[in-house]
Amino acid sequence: MEKFDAIVVGAGPAGLSAAYTLADNGLDVIVIERGDYPGAKNVMGGILYSEPTSQIFPDFWKEAPLERPIIEENYWLLTEGSVTKVGHRNEKFGEAPYNAFSVFRAHFDKWMGEEVKKKGGLVICETVVEDIIQKDGKVIGVSTGRTEGDIYANVVIVAEGVNSMLTQKALKMQKMNMKEDQLAVAVKEVIYLNEEKIEDRFALEKGFGATIEVIGDATKGMVGTAFIYTNKESISIGTGALMSQMIEKKISPNDLLEAFKSNPMVRPLIQGGETKEYAGHMIPEGGYNAMPKLYGNGVLVVGDSAQMVNGFHREGSNMAMISGKLAAETIVEASGKGDFSEKGLASYQSKLEESFIIKDLKKYKNASEYFDHNTELFSLYPELASDAMYNFFKVDGTPKKEMQKKMMREIFAKRSKTSLAKDMYNFWRVLV
Amino acid sequence: MSKLDDKLFSNRYKSYKETHLFVTDSDKCLDCKDKPCTYVCPAAVYEWSDQENKILTAYEGCVECGTCRYACTFKVIDWQNPKGGYGIQYKFG
Repeated sequence: MEKFDAIVVGAGPAGLSAAYTLADNGLDVIVIERGDYPGAKNVMGGILYSEPTSQIFPDFWKEAPLERPIIEENYWLLTEGSVTKVGHRNEKFGEAPYNAFSVFRAHFDKWMGEEVKKKGGLVICETVVEDIIQKDGKVIGVSTGRTEGDIYANVVIVAEGVNSMLTQKALKMQKMNMKEDQLAVAVKEVIYLNEEKIEDRFALEKGFGATIEVIGDATKGMVGTAFIYTNKESISIGTGALMSQMIEKKISPNDLLEAFKSNPMVRPLIQGGETKEYAGHMIPEGGYNAMPKLYGNGVLVVGDSAQMVNGFHREGSNMAMISGKLAAETIVEASGKGDFSEKGLASYQSKLEESFIIKDLKKYKNASEYFDHNTELFSLYPELASDAMYNFFKVDGTPKKEMQKKMMREIFAKRSKTSLAKDMYNFWRVLV
Repeated sequence: MSKLDDKLFSNRYKSYKETHLFVTDSDKCLDCKDKPCTYVCPAAVYEWSDQENKILTAYEGCVECGTCRYACTFKVIDWQNPKGGYGIQYKFG
């Protein structure tokens, strides 16, 4: 019977960060991945943050497969025929230790898998964990689809991603049916363009990258965002919105992305490119209120399986990686005491609570639910911004005082003063 | 060929001989007015067949997001992980 110190289910950012930290501390760890290689089943928009990543892999940018260091970040408020922009470019973002990189999960996770192996961890691919083996109320291993495929360990880290079926079914640590307003459906295309075109279109120095996050017409007013990220020789472009609203509005994710791609503000950025991949992914948006029980007898839940995503700040992979690291550190401590019971692993919860992860998830805990019922930020406000800026820039002989009055009149016609004040108060309440 | 078909064609799949998607109680689909699975799936895996009076699944194109399991009005879609090493293998992800 094979027995390890720890089994990690899933080779994503959370699982591989946990495995690397465990192996680095001399523990016997096996990662079980269902895809052909680490990353084969993993999808994200494509921005990886430097600081959390280097907590696990110091100086990773010197060898990891990355696309472009991001030196400029933009927000767009999009309507059918206009865009209002705000952004920030900073030279500091272009120097080590950098702030963020565009990446492909399939490349980056494969690299992380190799790093785990270098530290002595075992990474087994093409293998589905079908069930959790429990004895006397304690998790003692996993069963895989293979013959004699039962594997045992002191502790199992569940890093199965957003499709958290083990967490729900086998472990009963999470409700079976999350609500449709706690999940977003996102799709993304990788569109090939040569480097020069990318650098010209985004006004970038050679090798550097930019991001654009878009609200408004990008999601047809639904709660969600679209994004455009520059890679070395391609653009990642995608749209995502709350599942509840997609169902209600009867919109298909692919049609939403196609509409975004053909918006005249977006089209020139991608024209002439060739689609090399089309991905679909669910994003856990339930936040703090949707989190499962995070630890039990012989088991810890990390990353997307634990709903660790901050949708308003485009953060998920950083939470995944740090939760993996904290889970591994908990196990290292538990190994010292030889106690893998629920009590012995309880410090995982307090580590998460002391970190930015639970603090941030708590801060935004009411945001998804609020915006699901109050979509004005995504529908009306991009229109208001467009009207205001149009009047501001238009020169047609109207005296400025009159122009300003007209601007305000048009805004109040679309949203009363009281409603505007209420909106501002509520945005402040759920976001600040 | 529709644009979506072209896009799915750009993906790398290792198709298994059996489906990993099951409608566990297709009678429920008869009572399902909107049939969200037919439009909310990013890969348009689910299609209503008037001829067969049931949902047909083109599981080979599945991008493995898992949306269908939650979006199904009556929660009768059983989404399982494809057999190890099969299904979509993202080149970029």
